[in-house]
Formats: sequence, C-alpha cells, structure tokens
Amino acid sequence: MNNDTLIPLVGVITDIRQDTPDVKTFRVNALEGGKVFEHMPGQCAMLSIPGVGEGMFSITSSPTNKEFMEFSIKKCGCLTTWLHAMDVGQQITIRGPYGNHFPVETELKGKDLLFIAGGIGLAPLRSVINYVRDNRANYGDVQIVYGSRSKDDLVDYKEIIDEWMADPNIQVNLTIDNPQEGWDGHVGFVPNYVKELNPSTNKTVLVCGPPIMIKFTLAGLKELGFTETQVYTTMELRMKCAVGKCGRCNIGNKYVCKDGPVFRFDQLDELPDEY
Amino acid sequence: MLKISADKLNDLFDAISAKQTLYIPVDREAGSAEYKKYESGMEMSRGLNTVRSAKDFFFPQTENLADFKMNGKNIEVIDIREESEDFVIFGVRACDARSFTILDKVFLAEPVDSYYKNRRDHGTVVTMACTRPAETCFCTTFGIDPTAPEGDAAVFSDGENYFFKANNEKGQAFIDSISDMLQDGDTEKLEKIQENTREIMKKLPLANLSTDSFGGERLMEHFSSEKWAELSESCLGCGTCTFVCPTCQCYDIRDFDTGNGIKRFRCWDSCMYSDFTKMAHGNSRNSQLERFRQRFMHKLVYFPANNNGEFGCVGCGRCLSKCPISMNIVKVMKALEVK
Repeated sequence: MNNDTLIPLVGVITDIRQDTPDVKTFRVNALEGGKVFEHMPGQCAMLSIPGVGEGMFSITSSPTNKEFMEFSIKKCGCLTTWLHAMDVGQQITIRGPYGNHFPVETELKGKDLLFIAGGIGLAPLRSVINYVRDNRANYGDVQIVYGSRSKDDLVDYKEIIDEWMADPNIQVNLTIDNPQEGWDGHVGFVPNYVKELNPSTNKTVLVCGPPIMIKFTLAGLKELGFTETQVYTTMELRMKCAVGKCGRCNIGNKYVCKDGPVFRFDQLDELPDEY
Repeated sequence: MLKISADKLNDLFDAISAKQTLYIPVDREAGSAEYKKYESGMEMSRGLNTVRSAKDFFFPQTENLADFKMNGKNIEVIDIREESEDFVIFGVRACDARSFTILDKVFLAEPVDSYYKNRRDHGTVVTMACTRPAETCFCTTFGIDPTAPEGDAAVFSDGENYFFKANNEKGQAFIDSISDMLQDGDTEKLEKIQENTREIMKKLPLANLSTDSFGGERLMEHFSSEKWAELSESCLGCGTCTFVCPTCQCYDIRDFDTGNGIKRFRCWDSCMYSDFTKMAHGNSRNSQLERFRQRFMHKLVYFPANNNGEFGCVGCGRCLSKCPISMNIVKVMKALEVK
C-alpha cells in the first residue's frame, strides 16, 4: 500500500531553547541526522506525541538551514504543555510539509519587504526573514517591526540582536507594550508604531501576530496608503488531517491547511470573516 | 437484460456470499432497515432506505489509523494497514450511490486517503432502483434518477424478476461472476414501472425544490444572510444530521492508550459540535448559529465552489426524518431561496 500522509515519521529533539517565559524553540532532526523533510518559508508540520495529541505548527527555521528544522512553540494548551516538558533526546512524530508558502521566489522577489510581527507571530516570519537574508541579493530593502508584551516576551531576541540588528542591510524596529526597566527602545503597540515609522508604500508587507494586532495593523497600513494586494498574512485554525479532508479549518470554501496558511488580504476579503 | 426471478434471489445471495462478503439491507424489529453481513436465509428489506447511510462501508464511524510503541524517549510507528477483502454491497439506493462519488471527491483527491481507497477498490456497489419513493425524497433536485441508479451495477425489479445492468467494468465482472444463475428477460413491464416511478417523483412534496439559488458564486450573499439566526435558533447541536448524512465526512483523530501502546483512531466528527473548531487560544465558530451555518454553507455553497458546481447533498431525506427539532436542509434551502 502507498504511504499515507496520516501515518507520521519520527523525529528527535536535538536542542531546546527557552526563548521567553512561555515560548521554547525546539530543534528537530531525523533519527539518522539531517532534516526529516524539506519545506518552503511559511509551510507547517504536524507534530505529535502519541497519546497526547497532534497539532499544526509553522516551521520557524529557514529552508536554507540544511542541518535541522526549528519550531517556536508557545505553551498554550494540552499538547504544547507536554512539548514544553520534553528533554533533548525525546522523539516526536512529524508529518508534512503542509500548506502553501510565502511567495519568496515569485511575488516577493525583487521587492522591498516589511515584516510586521507581534509576539509568537514572529515564528512563521522568521523562516522568511532568514530565507531572505540567505538570498539577500534577490530582495530590496528589508525592514522588520517586531513587538511584544515585554522585553522578555520577544521571541528569538538573541538572534534579533546578534544577527538581524547587526546586519547593515536590515532595519529592525522593536517595541514593547509597556515601559520596562532595562529597556530604552520604543514603547507602544505594533500598529501604532508602524504608523509612526511611516514606511514607504512601495513595500510589500508580511504580517503575523494576534488577530487583534493584525486587524489594527492592516487598518493602519491602509491609512498610510497601502493596498490589500501588498499585504500577506498567515492563518491558524484547528486542524486534524492537514490535507483538507477533516473539515474544520475552512474559511468559506478555502482550507487553511492546504489553500493557506498564507493569504493575501485581497484574497481574505473575498472570504467570510470567520477566523 | 439478464435477470433472476424474485424467488431465486436468496439462492443468488448464497452464491455471492460463498465467494466474498455480502452486505444487504435487512429489516430490524422496529421496522427500520440496516445493512448486515448476509447469512443464509436473511431476507432483503423491502423498505426504501436504511436508517444509517451506506458511507460506513468506505468511511467507517471508527477506524484504527496507526499504532505507536512508546519506549522511554523513543517512538515506534506501526503501520497497521492491511489490504481489504473483496466485498459486495447489494441494494444501495441511488442517493447513497451518488454519495460515494461525492465522498470520492474528498478522499480520493490528492493526497489520496489510502484507508478509504483500499475499501473503495475492494468493494462492489450493486444498487437497487427505487419504485416507491418516500415523501422525504428529493434526490431529483440534485439530478439523481432513482429509477436508474449509479453504482458499479444496478438492479431493477418488476415485481417478479430482478434485472441486472453493469455501469462499469467492476459491475460487469460482478454480473459475469453470477451469470450462470441469470437468464435473458423481457424488460417491457420494467420500463412501465420505471415510467410510473418517475411520475410519482414529480408529485412528491419536495419535487419542485430547486438548487438555482445556490452554488459557489453566492458565497458572501448566503453567508451574510440574516435568516441564519432564526433557522439555527432551536438547533440542539446534537449532530444527528451529520451522522445519518451520507455525504458528511468531517472526522476527528484521537489517540487511545491501551496500556500497552497507543492506538490512533479516526472517528466521525460533526461541525455541529461546540468543540469542533475549539483551540487552546480560541474558537472560530463560537455560536450554534455559526456551526449551523457552516454545515449548510458547506453542502450548498463551499462544496460546489470547489467541485465544479456539484452539491454536497443527495436528497436522501434522512435528516428530514431524524432531526429532533424538525430542521433540515430543505427548510434552509427554501428560506435562503433567492426570488
């Protein structure tokens, strides 16, 4: 019988990084080393601990990383609590890659890019950011606006400081919701900060974060003169199969698992507001 | 057309079941019918349709997808799939036969669901033409001819004989395998019965139900209709409609710890249930209105939008007779009709 996508492969956790009080980044390798499978930026994988549950997570590492995959996961429910309790060496099941991806080789190529992320919303965008950094000549200006509740909640803060902010070809703007000791950067919500920064409307925007942040960010971008065809986001709804058959992650007639998770806002506009 | 006389039908069942598993609709004590594995002497139901649809044969209510052995930090995945045995379902009605082609569009689309395909490949669907449609029937609304059902082979009764017609190669192979029990028969009486049945269909209460107001192009119009509030007001969210529905195919995947390893199951789920879309961080369909709307939008708008206009309903009428609050797709279609 042919392979069935519902029967997962096995991977092993080879590194765990505590990024924030409630976010850990897990490095996953195939049992024989290397990656379990290849992916494109924005694609997802179903991770499971048999007996606990299975869930869809965006692959936060860039495909240009040839050694391993990474998943930044917020401790939120039953499965993620279990995942957070894992030690290095724990095996998990993994299947994928699922869904479409950010059009890094087509629509985004040659464009000035503006990444806007809030909290754990950086996870899917980090894959694109590092893909763009590794293929820097193919893209124009790169600006990253990233905000979180506090300094401690900025995911991948070390990579942001050591690599992204040190990169002369990238502009990074960080913000936190409230003033905090030891923080001399910007304070305020992401949507307002974007408006203050007043980015050029030539840019193509990739936004991900809590639904309320996305909503206000999009409204702010429109005020600045951006159109919906310039703005991409990535969605998340409950999934079981990951291949458009189990029937629950649809927005209108589109399944987030296979038609998404990446949508342009003009595409979302044609769908019911049920997410 | 090849036929067998009605008094020889059980001899035929004995012959088929000697070679492969045979399922036929059988009357239960309460008078309602269900599919059962044929055993000698069992009589086929004369009723119109079974309480549950025939989807179980290809998409069972519960099935084991995979097993896992957990050993410390290690996981072993065990592929428990086995090639299905050949089987025959005899007496499937036209509506249920069409439901299989609808389920095919879901489960046989890439990536192919091997569990479903395995059963589909090994199952032969022998349909039975309807002669006594019920008041809840509206299959013709979806372009189904109950007097000439789909399926691999179709069977037609003129009261005294059963006539056999192949619809495809698998059906022809089935008829060839029993041809020594069949003989040529005159179909004149049969054609009159078919004509009579078509006339009855035209006079049924739901005969004029139309799909003209539905389809993918009316997505936003129907989604934002104000009528959903009233239509869904009494919905209990019991999920009965989804369970008896031959085309409802939403499923859940759950793990069960046997104490000696983990078994992963797939089971029917229902978009009518409150936790269907519930995640740790929220729920995209929080109210019964949203869940109710999802079910009918899927059948009347989303499914046709993705499948060249084909609707996700076959007009079998099961939800009409089973819903505890007497809400159903017919009432929804009439309420949302664009005049």
